[in-house]
Amino acid sequence: MFWRMIIKTLVRQKSKMLMIAFTVILGVSLSTAMMNVMLGVGDKVNRELKVYGANITVRHKDAALMSDLYGLTEGLGVNDKFLYEEDILKLKTIFWGFNILDFAPILEGRAILSVKGRAGTAGEVSLAGTWTEKHAILSTGEELNTGLKSLRTWWEVEGEWLGEDDNNSVMVGKLLASKNKIRVGDAVTLTSNNGAVKNFIVKGIFNDGGGMDEKILMTLPAVQELMNLHGKISSIEVSALTTPDNDLARKAAQDPRSLSPDEYETWYCTAYVSAICHQIQEVIRDGVAKPVRQVAESEGTILNKTTLLMILITILSSIGSALAISNLITASVIERSQELGLLKALGAYNWQIALLVLIEVMLTGLAGGVIGYFLGIGFAQIIGQTVFGSYIEIARMVILIVAVILFFVTLLGSVPAIRYLMALKPTEVLHGK
Amino acid sequence: MSKKILELKNVSKIYGSLKALADINLSVNAGDWLSIMGPSGSGKTTMINLIGCMDTPSTGSVILDGVDISKENAASLTRIRRDKIGLIFQQFHLISYLTAVENVMVAQYYHSMPDEEEAMEALEKVGLKERARHLPAQLSGGEQQRVCIARALINSPQILLGDEPTGTLDEENEGIVVDIFRRLHSEGVTIIVVTHDPEVGDVAQRKIILEHGKIVDDINQSLEKN
Repeated sequence: MFWRMIIKTLVRQKSKMLMIAFTVILGVSLSTAMMNVMLGVGDKVNRELKVYGANITVRHKDAALMSDLYGLTEGLGVNDKFLYEEDILKLKTIFWGFNILDFAPILEGRAILSVKGRAGTAGEVSLAGTWTEKHAILSTGEELNTGLKSLRTWWEVEGEWLGEDDNNSVMVGKLLASKNKIRVGDAVTLTSNNGAVKNFIVKGIFNDGGGMDEKILMTLPAVQELMNLHGKISSIEVSALTTPDNDLARKAAQDPRSLSPDEYETWYCTAYVSAICHQIQEVIRDGVAKPVRQVAESEGTILNKTTLLMILITILSSIGSALAISNLITASVIERSQELGLLKALGAYNWQIALLVLIEVMLTGLAGGVIGYFLGIGFAQIIGQTVFGSYIEIARMVILIVAVILFFVTLLGSVPAIRYLMALKPTEVLHGK
Repeated sequence: MSKKILELKNVSKIYGSLKALADINLSVNAGDWLSIMGPSGSGKTTMINLIGCMDTPSTGSVILDGVDISKENAASLTRIRRDKIGLIFQQFHLISYLTAVENVMVAQYYHSMPDEEEAMEALEKVGLKERARHLPAQLSGGEQQRVCIARALINSPQILLGDEPTGTLDEENEGIVVDIFRRLHSEGVTIIVVTHDPEVGDVAQRKIILEHGKIVDDINQSLEKN
């Protein structure tokens, strides 16, 4: 009888129930989409933010110390401390190797610049030797492409980027080029402090918008040869996908030894920037890896704010759904007050009538919830495609979360109607009021 | 001598400054057929609310089958109403989307357990077995009232309580309903009916007249008829 009454009520009140279901569909689809995007967005937002360059720098421990203590970025004690080129590819072997998207070694140097066809020299300039586009094969057999070109996506380049084997070409920073009227195609000569002289062709002029604009960019082997520093590098720039810092990460960043074994394991196995730095130091001899705080923190902040925004949308959509459901159910119950009052007059307890109404609403909500969930998955994929250019992975836990939200939203939305029911007097039915 | 099924002792019901019932004393024996009459505002509705366990008196006691319901809470009143009272309404109040037999079964469901066969028998008693699968909208007023009577009787209540049960019926259907009451009375069912209609009031075994919340007349019509 109970189910017969429920089914017949659902059929009879189909327009109202469809409105409730529609409200639930909207709320659940929005919540599902937001939660799936929220759970799957971390890596995607991080990847988007990688256009802002490296977020970790690895330097020789002594050079890092000089920088920390005295703010020195060049000179004695900095420029004469080197890492080993052969260690670079070990970056991909760390626990979070897959999270390391790009990296490029930098070998700093200084040389006297002369522009062919002009009298005198242009003076001493800074050199940076790097991998621009490196194709490498790891010891595991895995192949990868990396280099500075991927880390400087914002550079405006007149002419061309240096290729992997362009050991006789250079790129010149815009300020330096403009100061010395250097154009693409010009021939320049670089003379190192140890007397080595080498001629190069200017292949490109780049605009970095920062300190690099006064430097000459060369391939790593070219600088190593000019400076006679074979197999040496000054630093490595690393772009890694990281998880925003929390208290544990901040504690570990101070001193990983202060962590308990459990905390250490959690920290080590989470892609905190400090954990990745720690693991990098384990494979780069004499290296000290430090996060480029501004970039790393910005990434974390943006990710946290994006997540917060999505949580807010989910909460607001849930509240909106609850209010809409509340209005619809209350309207439905008021319309049926004569019938429900009659049931009381016939001997139904308040809880029995409340249960009847709740089951009706829950069934409607369930139907709406199932449709809304699948619609939400569709929305998530549309968001993934339009914003991040890839599909959002569907998180199973969203089903549970959405089910709980749906249950409580429907329950809370039913509260005013249930209160109305409780206060309903059968005498009002008996006397046809 | 019949068992006393209902007793109102010094019952008053006060709404703010309005005394709807004033110091009412009334006894009804099992198997009695009582009609309550009186002009509008005389307290008939208030009295039927108290007898039907849908309200409690401000003072005094309403003793139904030995239980003082004036001291019971809302849940207990619901239980007592469900077990002891069968209600018939002027407006029938059938559930529009349920068939006649399903409307009867609703009362069974909230009392104990629905039994379609039993519900069909109840409809047969009021001459509606053939119309059992019809929705209320497909039934005439008289037929709907008979469904309402079958629903009121299905749980074998101790009192059949009617609130203007013929108020919206034509003469023919009124006659049918009164005949059913007659038969039920002969079967020993206690019937209390509030009515404006003198013809319905007069067929009862006993008639009380209410005015301004007080019983002004209590007529044993069976004696008069004899």
